[in-house]
Amino acid sequence: MSTTTWAWLVLLFPLLGTLVNGLGYRRLGRGAAGAIGTAAIGLAFVCALGALFSLQGHDAEHRALVSSLWDYAVTGEVDAKLSILVDPLSVYMMLVVTGVSTLIHLYSVSYMKGDRGYARYFAYLNFFVFSMLVLVLGGNFLMLIVGWAFVGAASYLLISFWYRRGTATRAGIKAFVINVVGDVGLVLGTFFVLRHSGTLDFLGTFRAVEGGAFAGHHGALVAGCLLILVGAFAKSAQIPLHTWLPDAMEGPTPVSSLIHAATMVTAGVYLIARLHPLFEAAPAAADTAAVVGCVTLLIAGTIALTQTDIKRVIAYSTMSQIGYMIMAVGAGGYVAGLFHLMTHAFFKALLFMAAGSIIGAMAGAQSLDKMSGFRKAMPFTFGCFVVGGLALSGVPPFSGFFSKDEILAFVGNRGGWFVALYVVGYVGAFLTAVYTWRMIFRAFWGEPCAEARELEHGHLAHAEVPTNPADGEVEDTDVGFPGPEHTIAERALPMKVAMTLLAIGATVAGLVQIPNVDHVITSFLEPTFADSKYIHDEPSNSLTYFGMALGTVLALMGIALAHRIWVAKPGSAAAWRARFKPAYTLFVNKWFFDEAIDLLVVRPFAAFGNFSRRTFERVVVEGTLVDGTTSVVRAGSAAVRAIQTGFLRYYAALLLLGGAAVVLYFLIAAS
Amino acid sequence: MSAVVFFIAAIGAIAGAIGVVALRNPFYSVLALVGHLLSLAALFLLLRAEFIAAAQVVVYAGAVMVLYLFVVSYIGGGAHQLTPGGAQLRVIAGGAVLALFAELAIAVLGSGLKAIDSDGAPYVSGFGSPAQIGEALLTKFLFPFEVASLLLLVAAVGAVVLARRRAGTTLDDAERDAAHYITPRSLFSGTMAEAVGAISEPRGDEARETVEQP
Amino acid sequence: MSIAWYLVVSALIFCIGAGGVLVRRNPLVILLCLELMLNAANLALIAFARMHGNADGQIFALIVMVVAACEVTVGLGLIVAIFRRRLPIDVDELRELQG
Repeated sequence: MSTTTWAWLVLLFPLLGTLVNGLGYRRLGRGAAGAIGTAAIGLAFVCALGALFSLQGHDAEHRALVSSLWDYAVTGEVDAKLSILVDPLSVYMMLVVTGVSTLIHLYSVSYMKGDRGYARYFAYLNFFVFSMLVLVLGGNFLMLIVGWAFVGAASYLLISFWYRRGTATRAGIKAFVINVVGDVGLVLGTFFVLRHSGTLDFLGTFRAVEGGAFAGHHGALVAGCLLILVGAFAKSAQIPLHTWLPDAMEGPTPVSSLIHAATMVTAGVYLIARLHPLFEAAPAAADTAAVVGCVTLLIAGTIALTQTDIKRVIAYSTMSQIGYMIMAVGAGGYVAGLFHLMTHAFFKALLFMAAGSIIGAMAGAQSLDKMSGFRKAMPFTFGCFVVGGLALSGVPPFSGFFSKDEILAFVGNRGGWFVALYVVGYVGAFLTAVYTWRMIFRAFWGEPCAEARELEHGHLAHAEVPTNPADGEVEDTDVGFPGPEHTIAERALPMKVAMTLLAIGATVAGLVQIPNVDHVITSFLEPTFADSKYIHDEPSNSLTYFGMALGTVLALMGIALAHRIWVAKPGSAAAWRARFKPAYTLFVNKWFFDEAIDLLVVRPFAAFGNFSRRTFERVVVEGTLVDGTTSVVRAGSAAVRAIQTGFLRYYAALLLLGGAAVVLYFLIAAS
Repeated sequence: MSAVVFFIAAIGAIAGAIGVVALRNPFYSVLALVGHLLSLAALFLLLRAEFIAAAQVVVYAGAVMVLYLFVVSYIGGGAHQLTPGGAQLRVIAGGAVLALFAELAIAVLGSGLKAIDSDGAPYVSGFGSPAQIGEALLTKFLFPFEVASLLLLVAAVGAVVLARRRAGTTLDDAERDAAHYITPRSLFSGTMAEAVGAISEPRGDEARETVEQP
Repeated sequence: MSIAWYLVVSALIFCIGAGGVLVRRNPLVILLCLELMLNAANLALIAFARMHGNADGQIFALIVMVVAACEVTVGLGLIVAIFRRRLPIDVDELRELQG
């Protein structure tokens, strides 16, 4: 079978899964829906592997294969086709997406047990995977935008999955609106590029750029790339379009794990990597990306230090790590950024899964303030947290260490003002270690809390009255709310299997790209990035080793500091908070971004909308145009109606007057 | 000579017309119209329309006006004084009428038609006589003649239909009382009145009882 | 007298009749005024017949008389029917045909 056929099959199976689960959700039993959903993605993964092997069968120059299913609208200026591009980059993304998705589907089979919307959940999740695959496989801007929009919709559907929760629906809307801002940027950017390249096709566009289509229109290219960056930032939750990601934690934990850690938020990284010829021709845009990524990783790291909701800590951690990736691809280190994408998918998904397990043990509560001492009660979950935490902090030989250090080494190697980014990156690494282990120490060390003690005795805690963990609102367990059952990893085999596989990945995945030893990823991705200026930039050995040492030291220091504050001296957290009160206030209020956006954007728009409705629409459109027309008609008919009085003498008078008028006319005409 | 007759007849006609409009009692209005018709007949005679003048007096003044008088007597004109209303309408009416008259007068007098200024065409013997009218009716104007007779038939039928008495449209409410229409029936004869309990026991027994008591 | 005089008289009677139709409220009197207008038309017809020396005008006047008689018959029948139903004999009150 040809490579592109494998790729089409990869797209087909999740779509079938969506349709079967979506259309048959009333009739499918719980087991069937979960099995269909997982099997669909599993098959997609198998086909992705098929595509991989088939692709490697081609020689290096011919590994960009385009297959078009249907010409949607092909005119002189625009060629909109349903086409996919199969090359090392898309196969790489396909493998990551389908691989991690299969494990998350497996995890969800147990986690969502007892929820009334089980089949709907799997339909949505398959739809999301399908959309993400359309996004990464798309061979032209049209498919990219379609996939982009679909993942936004899937994200909305899944964030507000428990739709009877007000907090969830508000979060879904917030995510969707910010994503739409990004969509607008993406589409406008595409227009800017299309104007001078003359084709929507990726390969065609790249050839046009190389061929000098933008020679006199550099401004248009920069503008287009900046607008595309707006889209990337919105989807990848970078400053300032990041405010939706922490709120998106309202969705079920597997959703957070899949969409908001491993796949959807990495779409921005993929976008910049895919469009690297454009960005390399417009260095201003690429540098902007690098700077924004750097700023994000720092700010997100500081905020994560102060959050008490365990899922939000991991969410800000995601934001921070994506900042690393954006910084990398912005600076030209595409392979490094994509390598970190893969390792991050493993350990972040693992962390979210483990968080789901401990939330289940807490009967739905998510606050770190309430968790403590789960080490003895949940050894497996604890182990997963440790593995994930070590990988995230960048402790060798875990995967995160290699990928993060490769990014930072590349950025440092660029030299010039990139050294500032290099320094901030290491500060961020230190913060990462601190907040990660703060979370782990708080949840697993110390005196066991009530739920932990219950679990030690073998009894899973159960909430008397189901409440919304975010605002304490009382709810029930019917459709639209979480089900009555909570599962923990120790008791559910599918969850254990998924988490184990991810833990293995988080541990060993880094070994494929050890500096100076092997470079599997680089050689695999090289055909895609062969035209890049930076693909052969290798940091010097001294820089590499220095970076690795520095990274290890900072990570261990961070773990030690966290241990000191939250384990050894329990009261010192409060002391630190008091000492750095202004900083603490800033961090715990998330740098006031929500308030700023509300003040600068939401309120003016709402005021404008109100004005339009109250003044313009009501007075001008309704009042003058609509009501004016109707009142004119009504007045006219009232005037005419007045003639029909029913009085005989009025009719006679009208007759007479008419007759007199006619005679007058004839008199005048005759004279 | 004819001028004098003309003026007398014209003044009579106009006076009759004004009388019809101005007199309050409809009976007097009818009488004024009769006078007007007779004056008009005189004018017809001046215009050498002998047959028409005769028909006017016999048919119009004689039959139609008598019919009018019957109806006015039946209805009783002037029984209820109608409040004068619609002063606004009077103004409009006056204005329209004056305008119309002015226009017609201007049309007639200012037309410049020579024929109007003359006394008419030269006299032909037999003009306006019954013989000539009859001949014209049966030859040249046969169709209008027949249609006119049909019209008279329709009017007669219409009058009969309108004047017919129908149940419920009469004046007397007492006639609607069922007891007057239904003759009383005896007990146990199966009438609906008995079924609904409208027939009571005969009173003979009570009278006998009261008599027999000491 | 020239024909013009007769025509002027006819116009005057017609206008008086028209004014009467507009001003009076009793339907009987309105019918009478209608008769006035018809008679004025008759006079004009006869005058023109005299002017042309043609008897066609007189035939026309005769037919008009027939029509007037029929109209009076039906109109009076209507008024009698209204009276029998105890409705007021006042055209200002009889105005249910309105929109």
